Amino acid sequence: MAINTDLLNKATAFIWHEADLLDHKEYQEWLSLWDKNGLYIVPTDNNETDYENTLNLALDDADMRRMRVARLESGESVSASSVSGTVRMVSRVRILEETADYVVVRCAMTLNELRHGNLVSYPADLEYRLKPTADGFLIARKVVKLMHADGFLRTVSFIF
Amino acid sequence: MSELIALKNISQKAADMVEEGRVHKALYSDPEIFEEELDKVFQNTWVFIGHESEVPEAGSFKTSFVGRHPVILSRDRKMNLHVLLNRCRHRGATVCEGRKGKTKAFTCPYHGWGYGLDGGLRAIPKAEEYEGVLDKNDLPLESLRHESYQGLVFATFKSDIEPLEDFLGGAKKWIDLFVKQGGGYPLKVLGEHRFNFPGNWKIQLENTTDAYHFPIIHKSFISSLDNATADIFDFLDGDGFVEDLGHGHSVMVMIPDLVDLEADLDQPIPERFEDLAQALRDEGQDEEQVKRLVRAAHGTGFNLNLFPNVSCSMAFFRVLRPVSVGVTEIQHVAIGGEGAPAPFNRKRMRLHEHFQGPMGFGTPDDGEAWERVQKGSMAGKDGWILVNRGMENLHTSPDGNVAGAVCSETGMRGAYQKYKQMMAAEGEK
Ligand code: FES
Ligand SMILES: [Fe+2]
Repeated sequence: MAINTDLLNKATAFIWHEADLLDHKEYQEWLSLWDKNGLYIVPTDNNETDYENTLNLALDDADMRRMRVARLESGESVSASSVSGTVRMVSRVRILEETADYVVVRCAMTLNELRHGNLVSYPADLEYRLKPTADGFLIARKVVKLMHADGFLRTVSFIF
Repeated sequence: MSELIALKNISQKAADMVEEGRVHKALYSDPEIFEEELDKVFQNTWVFIGHESEVPEAGSFKTSFVGRHPVILSRDRKMNLHVLLNRCRHRGATVCEGRKGKTKAFTCPYHGWGYGLDGGLRAIPKAEEYEGVLDKNDLPLESLRHESYQGLVFATFKSDIEPLEDFLGGAKKWIDLFVKQGGGYPLKVLGEHRFNFPGNWKIQLENTTDAYHFPIIHKSFISSLDNATADIFDFLDGDGFVEDLGHGHSVMVMIPDLVDLEADLDQPIPERFEDLAQALRDEGQDEEQVKRLVRAAHGTGFNLNLFPNVSCSMAFFRVLRPVSVGVTEIQHVAIGGEGAPAPFNRKRMRLHEHFQGPMGFGTPDDGEAWERVQKGSMAGKDGWILVNRGMENLHTSPDGNVAGAVCSETGMRGAYQKYKQMMAAEGEK
């Protein structure tokens, strides 16, 4: 089976870049990676596909993403101030689909968060729909499928 | 004998730790008191386990808890509800592990005993060795007494307890108002958020009748709202109130204009709901129906707290479960209208996601505060939690109940007095 390593490299580089921005709280630049109609989704049910008609942990359009970032950056949220940091590893990247308009990429992520001295880890599958442009990709959709999405989670004051 | 005395001391201890305007911090962290609470509170009263819409059809089930006991809520072929202990009568395995679903029977995975939706034991593999040993009729899944009000299902271990409606008492009127947010459609569970926090269950119990914290800890949520909506949430100086409804229940009215969602249907459509109104018009709804649904979409302007484990909290159910003395699980159950226009239920879910659940703009800050209460309660040998706010500024409500200002701690005092009464009672042991 032939793998398009050129495309794989480009997509992986983009996703790593995004991961680094999020771990280092460079949220404004992160916002600029998005297509204006893009959706950031963290489902409660990983088998669900109709996200708009079900309850999600997060379903952010451009406005909600901007407000989510504003909340984290404002200094008004005590839980956000208590996050000492996150370190995420992204790997196992695979191109699922490629068309003229978009590329669908799936990869594995483990995010580790330190808060009040407690280390919490979040293994997840990430599914991206990336839109190629002259300057590289834009995110048209990002779905974060947490392994324990339907379990009892700790609260989250960062961005997956 | 010495065991008996020890037990008595504990109950006295817990009950003595509740005074009128303060409770001792050890109530959050003493493991013996926690065990006593499971017996004397959670096994001794009506406990909310779900909403009927979660088991809509014959064969539907959901799993839940009464205190620490795993239970199944099921609906049989005749559409009757059952609350069953989730424990096989053979050697005790759970017979149902899914969160919810549909099934014809509950089959134990270990040796294959099969139970009907009503809990009856129907099938035993290789039954011959039980001849003369046991009779299937004697070994159904144990069932709990349960009753419903407006679709809210409660179960109890105390088979001779008062009827649910008597237990709810003055809270019934508020449940009737709460279910109006279906917008003329029957209330329906749309999904739920689940999270836990490292703290005692009573910290959550207090929180749903605590308006005082809202503008402080939820500042980052309020900042994310448009000005008109932020004004609505600026309710501490308004005409709201907290009313003690008896039995540990209370209602906290934050936004008096949103108590009855079927009144004042002529109000203009707020900016935050313009998109919903337009989507409903596009579906061909007439203007009267648009206004009705938009008003219902707000949710109610009050939190109704039902002791010990559920709050009908503005636009959702907030259910708590005590896991251990220092760990509590919480469900934020989103609700909408059964058969309501899709844009209405979508808007309800988007509003829920905005504030509630582990990734909402509100819950993580609540969770942080509660975690700190638990941590802080470990400081010092002795110390008290104050619940005396507004204690000298009480009035009698039109229904004849004690009421205080919206940001008073009247509801907490009511809940703790019920708690004290239950904890002081003689144990059954
Ligand atoms: S434990 Fe259930 S069949 Fe044996
Ligand atoms: Fe809160």
